[in-house]
Amino acid sequence: MIPTSLNAWVATPEIFLLCSACIVLLFDLFVSESRKQVTYLLTLLVLALTAVLTIQSLQQGLMLAANGASPARYAFSNMYVADPVADFAKIGMVLGVALVLIYGRGYAQERGIFKGELFTLTLFSLLGMMVMASATNFLTLYVGLELLSLAIYALVAMPRNNVRSTEAAMKYFVLGALASGMLLYGLSMLYGATGSLDIYEVASRIIRGEANPMLVTFGTVFVVTGIGFKLGAVPFHMWVPDVYEGAPTLLAQLIGSAPKLAAFVFVLRLLGHGLAALGPDWGAMLIIMAVLSLVIGNLAAIAQKNIKRMLAYSTISHMGFVLLGFLVYNAVGYAASFFYVMTYVITAAASFGLLMLMSRSGFECENIDDFKGLNKRNPWYALMMLMVMFSMAGIPAFVGFFAKLSVLRALVGSGFTWLAIVAVVFSLIGAFYYLRVVKVMYFDEPEADAPVAVGNLDAQLILSANCLLLLALGVFPNQLLTALSYAVKLSMASAAGMMLQ
Amino acid sequence: MTLALFYIFAAVLVFGALRVITAKNPVHAVLWLILSFFTSACLWILLKAEFLAVSLVVIYVGAVMVLFLFVVMMLDLNFEELRKGFWKFFPVAAVVAAIMLVEMILVLTNRYAQIPGAQLVETGPTVRELGLQIYTTYFLPFQLSAVLLLVGMIAAIGLTIRKRKNTKYQQPGEQIAVKAADRVRVLKMDAEARLEAPQPKPADDQQAQG
Repeated sequence: MIPTSLNAWVATPEIFLLCSACIVLLFDLFVSESRKQVTYLLTLLVLALTAVLTIQSLQQGLMLAANGASPARYAFSNMYVADPVADFAKIGMVLGVALVLIYGRGYAQERGIFKGELFTLTLFSLLGMMVMASATNFLTLYVGLELLSLAIYALVAMPRNNVRSTEAAMKYFVLGALASGMLLYGLSMLYGATGSLDIYEVASRIIRGEANPMLVTFGTVFVVTGIGFKLGAVPFHMWVPDVYEGAPTLLAQLIGSAPKLAAFVFVLRLLGHGLAALGPDWGAMLIIMAVLSLVIGNLAAIAQKNIKRMLAYSTISHMGFVLLGFLVYNAVGYAASFFYVMTYVITAAASFGLLMLMSRSGFECENIDDFKGLNKRNPWYALMMLMVMFSMAGIPAFVGFFAKLSVLRALVGSGFTWLAIVAVVFSLIGAFYYLRVVKVMYFDEPEADAPVAVGNLDAQLILSANCLLLLALGVFPNQLLTALSYAVKLSMASAAGMMLQ
Repeated sequence: MTLALFYIFAAVLVFGALRVITAKNPVHAVLWLILSFFTSACLWILLKAEFLAVSLVVIYVGAVMVLFLFVVMMLDLNFEELRKGFWKFFPVAAVVAAIMLVEMILVLTNRYAQIPGAQLVETGPTVRELGLQIYTTYFLPFQLSAVLLLVGMIAAIGLTIRKRKNTKYQQPGEQIAVKAADRVRVLKMDAEARLEAPQPKPADDQQAQG
């Protein structure tokens, strides 16, 4: 009843982001078309400050945990939680979004989409992701998801004279709306069965057997379907390749990187916490989705000539891996998935970043043939692409290997050895198309003699750092893995505490 | 008193609704529909549901009906043409209407369809209660929905705005800041002696050179 019960200080990063997104929106109106660099720099400043605030929140949470208290701080009548999982995910999201803007600057300028809306809508989509990461109530969860999706639909449609991106936006919008409908229908059934919108309340009522089991099961099916659409897992993957191919590469990167982290926390809270009691039920559904994603993602990627489509199918297979981590429904599996998603965001950012830096006005670098003989034309870019491809393929010494390894370890630890074998077999098949890119770069003759477009210097430096990070994390994966597992464990413990109340 | 008001409003509502479907002119039909909405809002107020009443007026009368009016007035529809097949389709429509009537009667009279706890609860002014809930318990989703609407607005404007190159815009700031010196240029020059009119050159010379 009194404002202090809102406890709004807990949500400082989001509140700051919202206010500054509005400031960027207004500020941009006074910046002339030719000087949008100013808005760009302001947006990066906002992202940096948001990251600082999130890191502070993370430190506070870890300090609470070190003192033996619960690290989860609730706000807005228990509709918002700041816990280490949310804070880690948010830091990854801010980084992912910042990389989109840094790599995409030159690309967007050449294609006439370097406009104020690009920055404001990107900031709002980040706000949506951050809300999703912190939501503990169906209502907040859903509104965050819609905020994220709506901003991205509009961004994809932004080059409106381009038929391909308009088509991509239309497909994305229609299927996204369908997925939202499915999800909402499932959530409404869960609400009908339990009489509550609060995730922990729902969980405890299901555990106490106060919920109608039939309705809960039906609701779970629809929720899992909605999640499948949003993650782009088979058989709900049809939109992914078309959207990746049609959308400007900048937005393909935005769709393919940071939102996956939001989706991870979303699934963790919805299935891992809220429907924890139904683990075997949704676990079985996830097995089907994960195996199909691995099979179809990896096999279809082999047939692709367009590298954006190839990356889309590779995303599908990576999401299969993430689901594999989930379906063991314990903290080890969730931590493995978290690590997988976190490193995937960095890898995907690097892959799309390379495509954008090598494009120039009038030329989209999007076919595998465009990489022919890259080593002779620009050895440094070829080496970086090699690192990205090796990491995605899961070759040791790169971070992708440890991500896959941790998921497989979680699977074997929970007795799903056959699933681990399937995952390994299809990863091997998947390695073929990643290595084909490497072969094309190093062993084929270049088709054009013109020097490769290299992009802006700042983007080049950050991209190099990004690719070297893949190697560095591959050599020293333990710090990140330990930190993320610790965060997941803390989150599970505080969720269990909330359910007992 | 309340009962008398109820009958008055109900009578107006029924009359307005009838006129909506019998009016020949679609603009009149929309206006009658506005009257129907307005009187139903009055009925809601009699039931002490003032939030519903206000939102009915604000949303339906204020927004949806205005949109309807625009559409009806802008489209050049031939309504006589639309009415032509009325008697041909009447049997189908009658069957559908009959099914709907039966369903409604079944639902309204069925004992199982009565929702327990659906009695009107007197909690005082509903707007106040809703406001308290929205600004305390549901503060976060409420604010986020507002952000969602803002994003929708930015997206709609961003996707549809186009600056036409040949449209001339007024720039009031520059118009106000203009000085007399910007408009009239006074040239100072010395007086010059009148020149003799130059001799016209032969035309064929110029053509040969050109």
